[in-house]
Amino acid sequence: MMYSDKVMDHFTNPRNVGEIIDADGIGEVGNAKCGDIMRMYLKIEDGIIEDVKFKTFGCGSAIASSSMATELIKGKTIDEAMRLTNKAVADALDGLPPVKMHCSVLAEQAIKSALLDYSKKHNIHIEGLEDINFDDDHHHDIEE
Amino acid sequence: MTKYIYMDNAATTPVKKEVFDEMLPFFSEQYGNPSSVYSLANASKMAVEKARERVAIAIGADKKEIFFTAGGSESDNWAIKGIAYSQKKKGNHIITTKIEHHGILHTCQYLEKQGFEVTYLDVDEDGIVDLEQLRASIKDTTILISIMFANNEIGTIQPIKEIGKIAKENDVLFHTDAVQAMGHVKIDVNDLNIDLLSMSAHKIYGPKGVGALYIRRGVKIDPLISGGAQERNKRAGTENVPGIVGLGKAVEIAYENMEDSNKKLINLRDSLIKKIEDNIDYIRLNGHRTERLPGNVNFSFEFIEGESLLLSLDMVGIAASSGSACTSGSLDPSHVLLSIGLPHEIAHGSLRLSLGDFNTEDEIDYVVDKLVTIVDRLRQMSPLYDRIKGEN
Repeated sequence: MMYSDKVMDHFTNPRNVGEIIDADGIGEVGNAKCGDIMRMYLKIEDGIIEDVKFKTFGCGSAIASSSMATELIKGKTIDEAMRLTNKAVADALDGLPPVKMHCSVLAEQAIKSALLDYSKKHNIHIEGLEDINFDDDHHHDIEE
Repeated sequence: MTKYIYMDNAATTPVKKEVFDEMLPFFSEQYGNPSSVYSLANASKMAVEKARERVAIAIGADKKEIFFTAGGSESDNWAIKGIAYSQKKKGNHIITTKIEHHGILHTCQYLEKQGFEVTYLDVDEDGIVDLEQLRASIKDTTILISIMFANNEIGTIQPIKEIGKIAKENDVLFHTDAVQAMGHVKIDVNDLNIDLLSMSAHKIYGPKGVGALYIRRGVKIDPLISGGAQERNKRAGTENVPGIVGLGKAVEIAYENMEDSNKKLINLRDSLIKKIEDNIDYIRLNGHRTERLPGNVNFSFEFIEGESLLLSLDMVGIAASSGSACTSGSLDPSHVLLSIGLPHEIAHGSLRLSLGDFNTEDEIDYVVDKLVTIVDRLRQMSPLYDRIKGEN
């Protein structure tokens, strides 16, 4: 298979799968038509991401990217989570095939979308969220 | 991993021992060029002609109507482009379907850029072509109808005899891509009014890289590959002698054993379909339930994506395929699944299990057992499954 061992590990044993009933922020990106949807749940206390869970409909790299992204932000501050890039997710997985890079983009967007939901619900301003466009087309075109 | 279960026989098959054994001498011992004059070359020439005869017998053709190629895609390209260019004074219109193999579809799209006009017929929810639409699409400029015998993804077998009749009544040439049907369906090119037929060796336990095109005597066709005088001046290039020998033997075995093999495959197929339907919900069998290839099983599993399914199956030693976009490298799921009316998200969750002569009932049970666990695991992870559970 074309995936790294890390991708296969996170696909086979994904970390933080599930939902958080009393989540402080929930974000969902992607669409079923394109074949991938990610939903992130955040539990935030004192600006720290205390818990994070995900549910993903998608290919192996979509599931692995979701899993890795949750690991990378768990226990981190909101600012640190905001700084998580898709490249950092892909690098942590020892790389993704070029056609699968959009999965890491989706993971980054899912976190930001959940943070946006948190900021709205709690009336908290998070620097950098206002400019984000959660495009349904989620950068499928970067693979070409 | 204790065992490996191969259920992707529509992708390719292993070369059978009897086939391999016949091919072997033509690599290092009987290596002569069939075009040469000495006796070593003569052995090669005779082997090629024997293979031609075997292929001809299998489809009710004359051996002079069989032309060897480098496989199914070349045969498809040759049939479409060769007829288009040779008949372009007569007309520029080609009729095909929306569910053809890319060997046909991409060739037709190429010809459209060269000024040809192509009609892509619809299929119904089972994947069967609309004969009324076919009749209505024929016009004075129509030079070729190309409709696949059986579909590679969903296994649906077309009403080829009716199509051949319509083509003949309207004096239009009829080509069929029989790459998947060969060895599983009785084919008589005269009875079915087929003018051109593509086949490939590696789908029927022969080697990769070799196939044939049947061209009815009297049909004018331009060569696709120009050069030497091989294949009666129609297809240049030194013959792939071991490959051609392999094709001939594979075709012969496939037709000798067809009844027994089909009976066994249909039993396995129907057992696999039933066990999946009995054990997993939110699924859809793709393709016609009875008018389908003996070895083809194709299901959509709602709320999950095909590549995840394939990776999970591979980890427990099962090889299969999917019409999901993620497995094709394109953005859209299979054109075949979309053409039979599946929404994108359901097409993404498709799984093809194609059975062959070496599969067993024990393997069917193992696959169903693993599939139940894997589908459940992926659904538990899927946000789409939540919504359904919420609605119920």
